[in-house]
Amino acid sequence: MRLLNLFKIAFKAIVLNKTRTLLTMLGIIIGVASVIAMLAIGEGSKESIRTTISSMGSNMITIRPGADNSGPARGSGGNVQTLILEDYNEIKKQASLLSYITPVVNGGGQVINGANNWPSTIYGVNPEYLNIKAVGLQSGSMFTDAEVKSAAKVALIGGTVVENVFPDGQEPVGQMIRFNNIPFKVIGVLEEKGENTFGQDQDDVVIAPYTTVQKRILAIDYLNQIMASAISEDEASEAVTQVTDVLRSQHKLIESEDDDFTVRSMEELISTFSSTSEMLTVLLVAVASISLLIGGIGIMNIMYVSVKERTKEIGLRMAVGAKGTDILMQFLIEAILISVTGGLLGVILGLGATVFIENFLNWPTSVALYSIVISFAVCAVTGIFFGWYPARKASALDPITALRYE
Amino acid sequence: MTKEIIKIQDLKREFTMGTETVHALKGISFDIKEGEFVTIMGSSGSGKSTMLNILGCLDQPTSGAYEIDGVSVKDLNRNELATIRNEKIGFIFQSYNLLARTSAIENVELPLLYNSKVSTEERRERAIKALKMVGLGERLHHTPSQLSGGQQQRVAIARSLVNNPVMILADEATGNLDTRTSYEIMSLFQELNKKGITITFVTHEPDIATFSSRTVVLKDGEIMQDYLNHNVQSAANELAKLPKQDE
Ligand SMILES: Nc1ncnc2c1ncn2[C@@H]1O[C@H](COP(=O)(O)OP(=O)(O)OP(=O)(O)O)[C@@H](O)[C@H]1O
Ligand SMILES: [Mg+2]
Repeated sequence: MRLLNLFKIAFKAIVLNKTRTLLTMLGIIIGVASVIAMLAIGEGSKESIRTTISSMGSNMITIRPGADNSGPARGSGGNVQTLILEDYNEIKKQASLLSYITPVVNGGGQVINGANNWPSTIYGVNPEYLNIKAVGLQSGSMFTDAEVKSAAKVALIGGTVVENVFPDGQEPVGQMIRFNNIPFKVIGVLEEKGENTFGQDQDDVVIAPYTTVQKRILAIDYLNQIMASAISEDEASEAVTQVTDVLRSQHKLIESEDDDFTVRSMEELISTFSSTSEMLTVLLVAVASISLLIGGIGIMNIMYVSVKERTKEIGLRMAVGAKGTDILMQFLIEAILISVTGGLLGVILGLGATVFIENFLNWPTSVALYSIVISFAVCAVTGIFFGWYPARKASALDPITALRYE
Repeated sequence: MTKEIIKIQDLKREFTMGTETVHALKGISFDIKEGEFVTIMGSSGSGKSTMLNILGCLDQPTSGAYEIDGVSVKDLNRNELATIRNEKIGFIFQSYNLLARTSAIENVELPLLYNSKVSTEERRERAIKALKMVGLGERLHHTPSQLSGGQQQRVAIARSLVNNPVMILADEATGNLDTRTSYEIMSLFQELNKKGITITFVTHEPDIATFSSRTVVLKDGEIMQDYLNHNVQSAANELAKLPKQDE
């Protein structure tokens, strides 16, 4: 009964002071909404990097010659020739945590089909390559181990190569192309993968047996890299250790010597790249925190002033018999109603803004639950506290002192 | 009938403003018996409002004893004081103190909102009745800004009546009214007084004092005079004697 009355009083006060209520709510709404939207942008870009990298094969482990002087976008080891087929064989034999493994040699050149000419890259690999890269075939089939052994002149090509050397929509499988003047029979077309996070066209490739590429195209006897995939994502880092151990003993490195090769799991690659987007997120969080702070100060300000200016009203209510708790409850209910309504509107606006950004600006977004919880909590708590605190002070006065307050 | 409803003994109230101390009440003692109609007079600044605020439990004395209905106010906590203000006292302020942008009826209902014994329907009923008593039956939904000063004063009076108090404390309740209206109000107070409500009425106007049974005169925070009025005038009669207004 009493509580119901207090609810009515609080509700009436809110309706009576529409402008003030609206201004307070606006602070809360903008504070909450901007935090949610900004964190959604940060989280979204982080997640999109993660998914594109994972789509490249999430268990993938790459082994390159040469020490790690960092930078994930480094070339394929340049002219370092320390990685050889023997290494590949030993790793394949000893590393139990790997499910697939392939040597990789690669080089650039011209793909030619009659009058059509296209610069591309050829990758010499074994059949396990497709499993490692998690890429399927659009048509045709992969070459076999036998074809690897015999260094057969067969190739699979990516979508971009198809478009450029078979422009009139001819079926490429079964056709002959030339790569740096060496004739290859096209036996398959790779599934389209699009651009990766680094803007590289993953469909601009030619794939052939590594033996063929080594001997006929590049005329080398070392490997540019070895690619493998761990049996599971969880085992990836353990697999990296295994590979490292095998290679160190293969390369007869003593304790004091650094690795003359680099083993990387996808997980590491992801974290390297995530750190870039992490920076973005930190920046956005900083901006969001500032807007939350400003929103909080706004709420504080308006709540504080509005309670102060109503000291006279508090005095009157006490003069006609309101107890201190009645006053406190009234202002607490008011503050809760305003803060919670404002907070909810802020969440709705924040989610709306996120949808807008996603659909109209085409930025990847991902709404984090914690951003909703934190921003809502901060605004609601600030609003409630600064609605309650001055009211508590006013209700501790003698009625006449409160009534006299100017 | 001789029960004392108010008993004050050597009541002092000092206001400290920086290094200066204002002695608003310099040791006042008197009793008010149940059913009395007391007017308090005195020049401006003599301490009338200060005393009335203490009597209404709105303010605390610096020193001295105050008993209301046999209870020492000093021993009451804030909640008990609030209950006394809510159930026993009707206070009319010198400056009305109505809630802005709130209708007359809601202003009058205010004390009952804090009394959980009164239901919503009863609250409304009693508020309408109180407003009719002060002649504002037609102005229930006007807000203070839509009412004249005198009408606002009457809303404040209705608010003081609505909780059926045992004691009404009025600070210049007729200060803003014309003679006719103030006589109307005084006759209303006389009627209430006949029903047994104790009334303490602060005023500047000597003719208002003639409607009361006793007058206390303050000067500089001390009691100058305290006399019974043996020839109480009837406000209703005086009202009838006034020349009729052009309607
Ligand atoms: N809160 C206060 N702080 C300081 N001085 C005060 C306060 N309230 C009253 N006084 C002083 O106490 C004295 C008595 O004031 P009070 O309001 O009781 O006068 P009053 O008799 O009601 O006058 P009036 O007829 O003008 O209403 C005055 O000198 C006034 O300045
Ligand atoms: Mg006064």
